[in-house]
Amino acid sequence: MLKAENITVSLGARRVLDGLDFTAEAGQVTAIVGPNGSGKTTLSRAMTGDLAHGGTVSLNGQDIARLKPWQLAALRAVLPQASALAFPFTVIEVVNIGLHRGLAGAQGRVAMEALARVGLAHYADRPYQELSGGEQQRVQLARVLAQVWEPLLDGAPRWLFLDEPVSSLDIAHQLQVMEIARDFAAAGGGVVAVMHDLNLTAMYADRVAVLAEGRSLAAGSPEQVMTDATLSRAYGCALRVGRVPPPGVPFLLPHPAAAAVE
Amino acid sequence: MVAVSDGTMERPRRDRLSRARALHGGLALVLVLVSVASLTVGATGVSLGGVLGKLASGEALSRMERVVLLDIRLPRLAMGLCVGAALAISGAVMQGLFRNPLADPGIVGVGAGAGLGAILAIVLGSFLPAGLLAMAGGHLVPLAAFLGGWGTTLLLYRVSTRHGRTSVATMLLAGIALAALAGAVSGILVYLADDQQLRDLTFWGLGSLAGASWTKLSAAAPIILIAIGGAALMGRGLNALALGEATAAHIGIPVQRLKNAAILAVAAATGAAVAVSGGIGFVGIVVPHLLRLASGPDHRALLLNSALLGATLLVGADMIARSLIAPAELPIGIVTAVLGAPVFLWILLRQRGALVDF
Repeated sequence: MLKAENITVSLGARRVLDGLDFTAEAGQVTAIVGPNGSGKTTLSRAMTGDLAHGGTVSLNGQDIARLKPWQLAALRAVLPQASALAFPFTVIEVVNIGLHRGLAGAQGRVAMEALARVGLAHYADRPYQELSGGEQQRVQLARVLAQVWEPLLDGAPRWLFLDEPVSSLDIAHQLQVMEIARDFAAAGGGVVAVMHDLNLTAMYADRVAVLAEGRSLAAGSPEQVMTDATLSRAYGCALRVGRVPPPGVPFLLPHPAAAAVE
Repeated sequence: MVAVSDGTMERPRRDRLSRARALHGGLALVLVLVSVASLTVGATGVSLGGVLGKLASGEALSRMERVVLLDIRLPRLAMGLCVGAALAISGAVMQGLFRNPLADPGIVGVGAGAGLGAILAIVLGSFLPAGLLAMAGGHLVPLAAFLGGWGTTLLLYRVSTRHGRTSVATMLLAGIALAALAGAVSGILVYLADDQQLRDLTFWGLGSLAGASWTKLSAAAPIILIAIGGAALMGRGLNALALGEATAAHIGIPVQRLKNAAILAVAAATGAAVAVSGGIGFVGIVVPHLLRLASGPDHRALLLNSALLGATLLVGADMIARSLIAPAELPIGIVTAVLGAPVFLWILLRQRGALVDF
C-alpha cells in the first residue's frame, strides 16, 4: 500500500501542505479532489518524490526517500499534468523512452500494446509534436503504462500516479482513460489520481480524499465522502449531491426559474 | 472497455534508431577517407602516395617528407579530429541538457572564459616573472584559455545550483551576464594591447589548427577523449530529459548526476578544444542539427554520430583553410562560419514557428 504520513510542504513562506496523512490501497483507484490551490498536485508531487517535503512516504512498505531513482521507476510511473517535448521524437519513440533497460527485448511489443491501449497504435510513426493536446496526453499515458506494464511484479503491486489525467480529453476519452485506470487497479496495481471532475470521480474511484487548504477534510468511499456538507465546505460554495434514479425512470435536473429564463 | 478505434498492432516499419546506428559505419568511413585526403593536401609538394610508395619499396624517406608528414600534417589531423569531435558532441549534449536545439557548448561559459584567459595571456603575459614564462614555454595562451574556461564554468555552476539542484534556466541567464562581463574585461585589455598583440588576439578568436604539435596534442587529447567517452554514454538520460526534468526522474534517471556529468564533460572537452585551437564556431550547433534532420533526435545514436561528423567536417574545413590561399592559410573559424552560417539560417527558416520554448 501507499502510506504518506505527516506530509508538510512549504513553497516560499507559504505552507501548502500541513501535516497531511494519506493512504491508498493496491487494487483500488484512489482519487484526490479539492478546490484549486488546496494542495492536490502538491501532495501528488510530494508522493512521487518531486518535491522536498517533511514527513515520510512509503510504497509497499519501502520508504521512497531510500530508493534509487531507477528502483522507484520500476515501482511506479507518473503521468504529469502537461508535458512539453524538446525534440521531434515520434510517438513510438516517446513511449519507448519510458521503458527500462531490462525490458529492451520486449520494447517494441510493450510500447505498441500500450499505444493500442490508448487507441493510438496507428499514430506510432507520427511526430509527437504534430498531435493535438488530448492525443499527446494519451501518448503520455501510454508511456506511463508501458513503464509499469504489469500491474503486479513478482506479487508486489506497482503504482500509477495520474495528475488530472482527463483534463484535456473529450468525453469518450475521459471514460477510456478512467477505464484504463480501473483495469490497472482491478489487475492488482494501485492508482492515485488527482481529479477535478467530481462526477467521474464518483463513477470510478474506490476511495476519495477531499483536500482543502492543505489539510485532509475527509477520506473514504465516494458514498461516505461526497456529501453536501463535505463538498460544500471543501469548495466554499453550496453544492447538492444528486443520486441517479433507478433505470427507466425519467430524470429532471431542475434549474432556478430566474436563471433558466435568462 | 470503451470502444475507441485501435489501429493495427503491427510494429512500425521504420525504426529510426537502427537507421541512425547504421549511420555510425557510414560516417566512420567518410571520416577515414577525409583524413587520408587531408594528409595529402598541403603547401609543400609532399604527397601521401609518394611516401607510401617509398615505404612499400623500403626506400628511406627524405627529411622533408618525414617532417611534413609526421610532425606537421599528422598532429594537425589528429588535433582536427579531436577538436571537431569535441565541439560537435558537446553541442549535442548541451542541446539535450538545455532542451533547446539552439544551445551550444558556449552556454556553460567555456567560450567566454577561455577567450578572456587567452587575451589575458596575450596582453599581460609579458608582465609575468621570467621564470614562470620560461616554464610555460609557448603554451601560456592555451593554458590560460583552459583555466579561464574551467573557472567560468565552475562559477556558473555555483551560481545556478541551490540545495543540490542545478537550474539550467539560471545557468543560461547567468552565462549571458558572465559573457558580457568577460567581454568588457577583454575590451579593456584590447584597449591596452599593442599592434602585434591585437593581431594575435584577432587570430586566436578566429581559431586555427596551425599550432598543432604532438606536445599540445598529448595534453589535450586525453582530456577530450575521456570527455567524449563519458558524453557518449548519456544518450538514454538525455532522451528522458527531452520530456522534462521531473519526468526524466520518474523514468528513473538520476537527473542531478546526469547534469553534473554533462556539464563536466562539456567543460572539459570544449575547454581543451578551445585552448588548442581558439574560437571555432558553428560546429557545435550545425552538426547535431543536420543529424537530427537526417536520422532523428534519439541521443543514443546522435551523440556518437555528432562526434564522427564533427571530426570529419573540421578536418575538411581545415583542408579548405590550408589550400584555398596556399601557401598562406585562412583561420579555420572563418571557414566554419562561412559554411556554417548559411546552413544555420536555412535550418532556422525551415523551423520557423516550430522552435521549442523552455
